[in-house]
Amino acid sequence: MGIEILGLPMIYYIAMVAKVLVAFLFVLLTVAYATYAERKIIGHMQVRLGPMRTGWHGLLQPIADGVKLFFKEEIIPSQASTFAFLIAPLVALIPAFITFAVIPFGGTIELFGYKIPLQVAAYYDTAAGQVFDVNVGVLYILAMSSLGVYGIVLAGWSSNSKYSLMGGLRASAQMISYELSAALSIIAVFMLAGTLSLGKIVELQSGFGGFEWYIFKQPLAALMFFICSLAEINRTPFDLPEAETELVSGFCTEYSSMKYAMFFMAEYANMITVCAITATLFLGGWNGPFAVAVPILGPIYFVAKVYFLIFLCMWIRATVPRYRYDQLMHLGWKVFLPLALVNIVVTGIIGYFI
Amino acid sequence: METLFFAIISLMAIVSAILVITCKNPINSALALIMTFFCLATYYVMLDAPFMAAVQVMVYAGAIMVLIVFTIMLLNIRVNATQKHSHKIALGSIIGLFTLINTVVLLFKSQPSSPVGPYTGEMIKSLGHSELLGRDMFTTFLLPFEITSILLLVAIVGSVVLAKKKI
Repeated sequence: MGIEILGLPMIYYIAMVAKVLVAFLFVLLTVAYATYAERKIIGHMQVRLGPMRTGWHGLLQPIADGVKLFFKEEIIPSQASTFAFLIAPLVALIPAFITFAVIPFGGTIELFGYKIPLQVAAYYDTAAGQVFDVNVGVLYILAMSSLGVYGIVLAGWSSNSKYSLMGGLRASAQMISYELSAALSIIAVFMLAGTLSLGKIVELQSGFGGFEWYIFKQPLAALMFFICSLAEINRTPFDLPEAETELVSGFCTEYSSMKYAMFFMAEYANMITVCAITATLFLGGWNGPFAVAVPILGPIYFVAKVYFLIFLCMWIRATVPRYRYDQLMHLGWKVFLPLALVNIVVTGIIGYFI
Repeated sequence: METLFFAIISLMAIVSAILVITCKNPINSALALIMTFFCLATYYVMLDAPFMAAVQVMVYAGAIMVLIVFTIMLLNIRVNATQKHSHKIALGSIIGLFTLINTVVLLFKSQPSSPVGPYTGEMIKSLGHSELLGRDMFTTFLLPFEITSILLLVAIVGSVVLAKKKI
């Protein structure tokens, strides 16, 4: 381990690659089993059994689905714009995954005498004696989420089908509207924190056994952010872009085989990302009892919080019916946007006097 | 290492900038332009300005380009099959060539003459780029900042007035 590259010991690079792999595998595995969990949970909520045939209680169902989709015939419509049609699933999938680069999933662990923060885009500076991470982490997340719309728009446009185009248009209008409210609602959080770095935001939420979590200081912001994010990633009750009863399958009508699977993965990866951001900003991230003393507990708490929020998403899906389009726009522009602005002003006033 | 990275990004930026004007399909041009904006954001990161990079991606790639893509989609502009050949292309390329020579000559002649500002890379790293930007914006440059925000407000009100027939 004595080799140095660019003034940093070799282990930093090994740790960096390991962290990337861990985060990537976590999202990928969770995506696979979130599909299974969703079918199982909704099944039981509707007094059905859900998948039962493949493996014990259907545990191998995601693998069977994957294999099935992989061997399907790949169809590209003859009138489609080929390049945009091919690139759209990738454009949808990538922003969902790379958002995980700035989310801290644990404290700082010590390996062979080197301190390694459990966050992909962070490193420990031995000269300064502190952890540096991307100090515009929140903005990075917002920037990446604003790119997610391209995948859907391109898919809708390039398929050259009316259903796809309608789905794409609806999706983009919805995502642009709710992106605004989601971004404005978390401004209140970093007004309290005084920083844009997610590592520091998590640190500020430690202490007092969970009562420092921003969900207690900013309950309205937490609620608004979660709902707006659900709308932004097109989850039920806001899944207008792929309303089966009206639009066949929305923007992915013309897609088949692995490309369709990639849109599916993007949807679930987006859900996991949103849950991870909510857990980081409002539920204290990896904080929990003894998380600082025993570093291995950090990731466990983080994953537990994320899984709880994912369960909440599925619960909402099983409970609430789909919104109508004008109701959706009304909710976004006339309810959430003013509320978020008022929340910022109130936070500012209270912050000024305290 | 940084030079190599810079070279790769520059190559990508130039190739995608050329694709913007050579692509026949307007959507592909728009995609290439997004790629160019991304490369510019990478330059900001290399210049110790992460806030600018995030804003670049958010505003240009995330908002303005979405509007452009929307317009292309709604107007349903498809591939323009008919190609016009005229002397305009020759004229344009001659002007372009001269501009390029001009730029290159001036670039190699010039030197970074102005004094280096008070903010160093180390300072930005320890205090944070957005913090420094905010501090300057709300102290030294408060008046321009307020004027800009009033202008933006006027633009918002104006667009609402123009878009609505009955208010």
